[in-house]
Amino acid sequence: MMEYLQILGSEVYKILFLLVPILVSVAMIVWLDRRVWGLVQKRKGPNVVGPFGLLQTLADALKYIFKEIIIPASANKTVFILAPIVTMTLALVAWAVIPMSEELVLSDINVGILYLFAVSSLGVYGIIMGGWASNSKYPFLGAIRSAAQMVSYEVSIGIIIINVLLCVGSLNLKDIVLAQKELWYVIPLFPMFVIFFISALAETNRPPFDLPEAEAELVAGYQTEYSGMMYAMFWLGEYANILLMCAMGSILFLGGWLPIIDIYPINIIPAPIWMILKILFLFFLFALIKAIVPRYRYDQLMRLGWKIFLPFSLIYLVFTASFLFYFDKLPKGNF
Amino acid sequence: MLAHSIFFYFFSVIAIFSSLMVITSRSTINSVFFLILDFISVGCLFIMVGAEFLGMIILIVYVGAVAVLFLFVVMMLNVAEQKQSWFIGKKSTHIPIGLIVSVLILLELLVVVGGWKFKDNLMSSNTLNLSDISNTHQLGLVMYTDYILYFQLAGVILLLSMIGAILLTFRQRKGVKKQSYFNQISRNPSSSIELRDVKSNEGVKIDD
Repeated sequence: MMEYLQILGSEVYKILFLLVPILVSVAMIVWLDRRVWGLVQKRKGPNVVGPFGLLQTLADALKYIFKEIIIPASANKTVFILAPIVTMTLALVAWAVIPMSEELVLSDINVGILYLFAVSSLGVYGIIMGGWASNSKYPFLGAIRSAAQMVSYEVSIGIIIINVLLCVGSLNLKDIVLAQKELWYVIPLFPMFVIFFISALAETNRPPFDLPEAEAELVAGYQTEYSGMMYAMFWLGEYANILLMCAMGSILFLGGWLPIIDIYPINIIPAPIWMILKILFLFFLFALIKAIVPRYRYDQLMRLGWKIFLPFSLIYLVFTASFLFYFDKLPKGNF
Repeated sequence: MLAHSIFFYFFSVIAIFSSLMVITSRSTINSVFFLILDFISVGCLFIMVGAEFLGMIILIVYVGAVAVLFLFVVMMLNVAEQKQSWFIGKKSTHIPIGLIVSVLILLELLVVVGGWKFKDNLMSSNTLNLSDISNTHQLGLVMYTDYILYFQLAGVILLLSMIGAILLTFRQRKGVKKQSYFNQISRNPSSSIELRDVKSNEGVKIDD
């Protein structure tokens, strides 16, 4: 028992060292998002609070903390309160397996990519619970839309992951990154990278696929009845999920913590910096797309997911498998 | 090993408690939430015994997709109405069917557990070597080689049931206007705008 407690004690500070930077970077990323959005539209974006407006999110968070939490009288209280907690917990829990460098990872498990996929597919519960428990029309419609949307796009993300795994031969995230030492998978699997990126947009309910919260039709979707800190938790969970998807994209396709080329002046930059740069690059694309692409209609979204992405990624899977088999490049594994 | 058994009892108590709650809870939505909790704790138990792949697949397939659809359906049903017919209607057809299914499951469990208890080598398999390689590698080695037929058959059965479900719910509605993306994109002003001289007091007939 004592031994167990000691292990627990030594793990807790590691968890804190992971969680605090993530929460801070979520705050920064919200600022970046709004800033990019503003600059695209020839506005300045948040630039008042702190240097370059960097503390804007902190100010917003303070505002949310001091606001009153309103629980609608007809809501199912337990589920209503549980929903934002589920969203935020799931968004943070997934970071446990993300490797920032060869040593810097909280838990290096064999089935890392499956864990990531599982946690990101559980994310739908926060939304569906929030929408149903509010006991009001707009949140419910938003929740149903998002459930269908997230389940649909998960399927194509799964097949894209299988594409990468075929080339790697392991479910471990470290192995996936190390297999890209010679060639990042973004080059041979470029169409899959594009589809992964678009599916990630749909999976995290980002524009142009933000139908669960389409303000023109559904007020604010599943978040309509939420206020104060509970709304802020939804918001935090959403952005943590977006960062997670960016991290997943950089691990699967952009070579994780590996430098662009392994020659002297470039490879002295430490590995976590590379990882962060790649995540930021993907997030920058997310922010740009939010600013420049109009929202999809719901039937177009479903058509894109089921009739275009799913068949295409399946065909590409067959192609990848045949290519690897024909040129005898299938990963042999270590057994 | 103490920590291990603490976790084991923690998850199994949650699993048993939540599966009891699934059948006793009054509200259908709560039943589904408890079912999800049950799936999650069973997944954790699988991971604890080293079947990491199976545990994760339970999380992905059952919790991430199947239970979402359950929740989806239950939220749409008119639960209050169903409850009434259940309590008032004397001739309920649910109970005999439910009894048959549960007795069958009980018998199956008895056979499995009994066989495992009284014959030691029933569980041992000559294809699986569970000691030196990880569970996922092991499954991958066996699935597409020794058990390819069963694997493919399972796939075909799933495909058939999927086609059956689609066929059951498929209905062709008439008079629904559908957007044809190709026609829409290939339109241009010369093919879609027509100029006509309108004579006074006669009007123009517009063909659709």
